[in-house]
Amino acid sequence: MSSEVDDPQAYGLHRVGGRPPLLKYLRGVAQRRDFIVSLAKFRIEAENQRHRLGMLWIVLKPILEAAVFGLVFGTLMRSTRGVPDFIVFLIIGVFVFEFFSSSFGAGSKAITNNQALVQSLSFPRMSLPISVVTQKFMQLVPTIVLLMVFLLALGHKASLNWFLMVPLLILYYMFCLGLAFITARLTVHLPDLSNLLPFASRFLFYTSGIFFSVDVRFADTPLLLKYVEYQPLYAFLSLARELLLDSDPLYDVRTQFWPILVCWSIGLLIVGTIFFWAAEERYGRVD
Amino acid sequence: MVVSTEGTGKRARPDSRLPVVIVDDLHVEYKVYATGKRATEADRGGLLRRAKRTRTVHALKGVSFTAYENDSIGVIGSNGSGKSTLMRAITGLTPSSSGAVYAVSRPSMLGVGAALIKTLSGQRNVILGGLAMGLSKREVEERYDEIVDFAGIRPFIDLPMRTYSSGMTARLKFAIATVRKHEILIVDEALAVGDRKFRKRSEQRIREIRDNAGTVFLVSHSMQSIRDTCNRVIWIEKGELMMDGDPDEVISAYEATR
Repeated sequence: MSSEVDDPQAYGLHRVGGRPPLLKYLRGVAQRRDFIVSLAKFRIEAENQRHRLGMLWIVLKPILEAAVFGLVFGTLMRSTRGVPDFIVFLIIGVFVFEFFSSSFGAGSKAITNNQALVQSLSFPRMSLPISVVTQKFMQLVPTIVLLMVFLLALGHKASLNWFLMVPLLILYYMFCLGLAFITARLTVHLPDLSNLLPFASRFLFYTSGIFFSVDVRFADTPLLLKYVEYQPLYAFLSLARELLLDSDPLYDVRTQFWPILVCWSIGLLIVGTIFFWAAEERYGRVD
Repeated sequence: MVVSTEGTGKRARPDSRLPVVIVDDLHVEYKVYATGKRATEADRGGLLRRAKRTRTVHALKGVSFTAYENDSIGVIGSNGSGKSTLMRAITGLTPSSSGAVYAVSRPSMLGVGAALIKTLSGQRNVILGGLAMGLSKREVEERYDEIVDFAGIRPFIDLPMRTYSSGMTARLKFAIATVRKHEILIVDEALAVGDRKFRKRSEQRIREIRDNAGTVFLVSHSMQSIRDTCNRVIWIEKGELMMDGDPDEVISAYEATR
């Protein structure tokens, strides 16, 4: 304490810029929920504003994507082997995976892409990755509804299992959120990651059984079967398929996936929250 | 390096006003690439070369002062003297490398601009900016009209913000940022834009904040604005506190060096 200034403690002053304890921090994040949700909503609006078809693109994009993959893998590469209802199998895979890949990509840049905001306003930085993942989630929900309409149009029957999509999507959201916390912080420390992560995302896309059936493909390699058993994205995709299509034995409900996913989602969210919070003071720094 | 003898800390505290911000021997250092590029930018390559090519910039070299309630402090100094770094350190956005800043409540900076989305309408941006400033949804709705009228953009509120003139944008940002009650507010070069009428109105608002037991820091190159709104001036040069005291004295000393 240099002699020429007053003693801060004597006047009830606190040090500025310190990281609050975890619970207080999370309360601060909760107070910002209006900001988080509005930022997500307005960003979707801004993204689609310049397009003639506007919000329609939220559902048009995954449809086009499914069409391309259907053409390439279904017709040209014939990976349909052993998969009944290949089109539906593929569409569910593509639609559900899209949330992961978009929130993984944008989530990792949640801080680095918003440096100006981080450096000019003080709010819990966790608001930014939450807002990004929420934005992608808001784009996922209409595509899932579209998916259900599509299934009905193809003659599939709605079942009570469809309601289980709600807890499944909540787990999926928690999973992607936890992951975004981790990658958002890592990208701040090591910006080069933003070049590497797209490859990780693509690797997962090709190994999670989106356009081929893992059970058929890996039938004679037990090690790979074991890997996909615990690979959370495969579990999310399989459960979504099983819940939406209960007519076929290949889509039997494999209930063992639920506890695995609960562990992944809650675990990742807790680890991610603590990991992100621990570096709170670091995010605004210019160096 | 302190020119004024009646400067730092010992500065006139005529009554029993309480200190609200204490800056205690504050140092801030940046690591910057020799090319001038920030060390965190995404597109750099070569992990191993990193150590050799960075340079440390000592932006603040031991600044100390105390701000009291109802103070309205002008901050002056030439470009790159460390004014903005000092302000960011006071808000806690830039961590200090040694020394510390203490405050009764977290000071806020008038920098809502980064939260706004240019392609959206003014109406959307008022809501978004208000929420970013920490208001609740209901508070934003209650004060919506006040913000729009203060900014004077009601006829254009439905247009996207990218169509606004720079003066209109600046007015909107100022209106949003000052809508919340700030105990400690930092205004960094916000008054330079906008026409004369708006400048008078915004200076009036800063005086109001100060009169409501708030403390205002005003960074500006306009000595007139500072003379009109501040009761005390801090002069920063090359990261050091040159002088701290009465506006007229400090400003004439500052202008004598130019």
